[in-house]
Amino acid sequence: MPLNKKIALFIPCYVDQFYPNVGIATLELLEKLGCQVSYPMGQTCCGQPMANAGYERDTFGTTKHFLRTFLVYDYIVAPSGSCVLHIKDHAPSIPGMEREQESLRQKIFELTEFLTDVLKVENLKGYFPHKVGFHASCHGHRGLRLGSSSERNEPFYSKGKQLLEQLDGLEWVELTRTDECCGFGGTFAVTEEALSVQMGKDRLEDHLTHGIEILTGGDMSCIMHLEGIAKRNQQPLKFMHIAEILNQAIS
Amino acid sequence: MSHPSKASEFLQDAAKAKWHDETLWFVRDKRDNISKTIPEWEELRELASQIKDNVLANLETYLVEFEKNAKANNIHVHWAKDAEEHNQMVLSILNEHRCKAIVKSKSILTEECHLNPFLEENGVEVVDTDLGERIVQFLNQPPSHIVLPAIHLKKRDISELFHEKLQTEKGNEDPAYLTHAARLHLREKFLGAKVAITGVNFGVAETGEFVVCTNEGNADMGVHLADIHIACMGVEKIIPRRKDLGVFLRLLARSATGQPITNYNSHFRSPAPGKEIHIVLVDNGRTDQLAREKFKNSLKCIRCGACMNTCPIYRRSGGYSYGSVVPGPIGSILSPGLDVKKYSTLPFASTLCGSCTDVCPVKINIHEQLYEWRQEITKAQGTNTKSISMKIANGIFAVPFAYKISGAMMRGALKILPDSITYSGLNTWGKQRDLPETPKETFKDWYKKNRT
Repeated sequence: MPLNKKIALFIPCYVDQFYPNVGIATLELLEKLGCQVSYPMGQTCCGQPMANAGYERDTFGTTKHFLRTFLVYDYIVAPSGSCVLHIKDHAPSIPGMEREQESLRQKIFELTEFLTDVLKVENLKGYFPHKVGFHASCHGHRGLRLGSSSERNEPFYSKGKQLLEQLDGLEWVELTRTDECCGFGGTFAVTEEALSVQMGKDRLEDHLTHGIEILTGGDMSCIMHLEGIAKRNQQPLKFMHIAEILNQAIS
Repeated sequence: MSHPSKASEFLQDAAKAKWHDETLWFVRDKRDNISKTIPEWEELRELASQIKDNVLANLETYLVEFEKNAKANNIHVHWAKDAEEHNQMVLSILNEHRCKAIVKSKSILTEECHLNPFLEENGVEVVDTDLGERIVQFLNQPPSHIVLPAIHLKKRDISELFHEKLQTEKGNEDPAYLTHAARLHLREKFLGAKVAITGVNFGVAETGEFVVCTNEGNADMGVHLADIHIACMGVEKIIPRRKDLGVFLRLLARSATGQPITNYNSHFRSPAPGKEIHIVLVDNGRTDQLAREKFKNSLKCIRCGACMNTCPIYRRSGGYSYGSVVPGPIGSILSPGLDVKKYSTLPFASTLCGSCTDVCPVKINIHEQLYEWRQEITKAQGTNTKSISMKIANGIFAVPFAYKISGAMMRGALKILPDSITYSGLNTWGKQRDLPETPKETFKDWYKKNRT
């Protein structure tokens, strides 16, 4: 248990601006689990929106800033698979800082994998009597391998499910398409608006036909997109980040 | 026209778009199920990927070996550097034999070279003998999928088409009835053709033979009835040994349609007495792609189409939305190599979800190459408003104070703007989606108050 390790919280820019409660839940959850967490105040963004739009070369300043902000910590934890994947796979190489970058790649974790693989959380005590549908966001799911991919011939696993199933009363609902993309995709949500919305509607339908009450997942970007469509169409669904469920249930 | 506009056009017919998505999902589901009956599936993929790596690293050696062995088997071997040379070669063989009508089994390469219109302009009747291909040929359309060329059409469309072209009963949509009519029609064409053209799935360097895979047996029917067989083959289709087929044939049919094996895997080694086999080896941009370190392994593709069936974009936008010969994820990494400007929207027609990479039987890192093409395309586009806004964003995120100010402005604006502006046509996000409610403070503000 990394109780005496220095853990930094990385809150993605859009979570900081629009979903402070997800940041708070992540922080409180880690604290409840005995971690000493600090939030480096100078942090901004990982650079992903620019890189995925084809401008990785314009993220040197952002990448360097991220590196300087977080390098001194033993672990960096973020409630977003997408941003973590960006740091690991797509942050451009900074000349002269390659070793530090490699070290950062080893130290940064998405929240659920930090809980299951580093903290080895096995016995959460909590109660959450709801039917929950899990949206496996692609960058975490296939990029960070937070769960088995439906395309591959591999034994089933899901780090999100592993945590949620520790809560009493929670009913994990199986979907028809277990890991299909919701259509958010960063700038894709705007440049391919029609497709993006259709994909989101189809994901929501899968959850709704299986009678879920709460749609959860590890990335607020996908949830923001799905919730935006559900609200517009007055669909009766509640949306929570997995950190919010876990934090609420064990308090 | 760009991918987004064609995609939104496709989605206009919501019922048909849903049907298209579900039909291809059904194929993917079949593929998932059958791949899971093979315990060593992931090892097979790895092996196939390594064999193809070896081929790409030694392409010249294997091609020369193939040529030598094919010639020893009395096959005529021709080399074409591009589509034009390929088409001219095929035409000159036809002219030599005074041939004015050919039958052709499915070949994406001849689509790529636009062989059909070229031959037709030169007075040759071309009949595609794969059922789906014949259907789209009747409609003067290209295939919308590389394995299922007419997947964008429904039974009713085909019934109407066959009524017009083959005089079938009006309104009869029975697939067996329609297929039978196509058979009778095609049989006449088979019997009349002196030359049959096929594609090539695998060329075996060790033996100089090549393998053509079809479900309908139409390649064999054409070839065995004709005097001349012309096989058109992309240079990347080479494999070193016959025994490597054991890896690829197991992967190909399962990935393509969820079948355990393609119905006809026909080996062509040497011509029957009195007949001729010609093979045209085509480059047409392949060696250029081979020279691009980040993109070369796109040439491993065995054209199974699994990435199309799994792609949430392809399923909901159809093959024509790509405007390229090979649509879908693999097409989006191959096409920009041919024309980076024309195909500039394709690498952005993806959420980078990675499903294509995980489904690919030869482990092409398709979604990573989509990401890399985005970087190349924006470079090729030079400075525009988007590139400037990216530079500004980098400036903002590199400086915490600037980030704080701009974030506050954005949040503030969302709070005070009336809905009519927030959700106007100017705001693409808000057309069909609500924006998140703006919280009263950022996480950073909360943290300052509560933890420091």
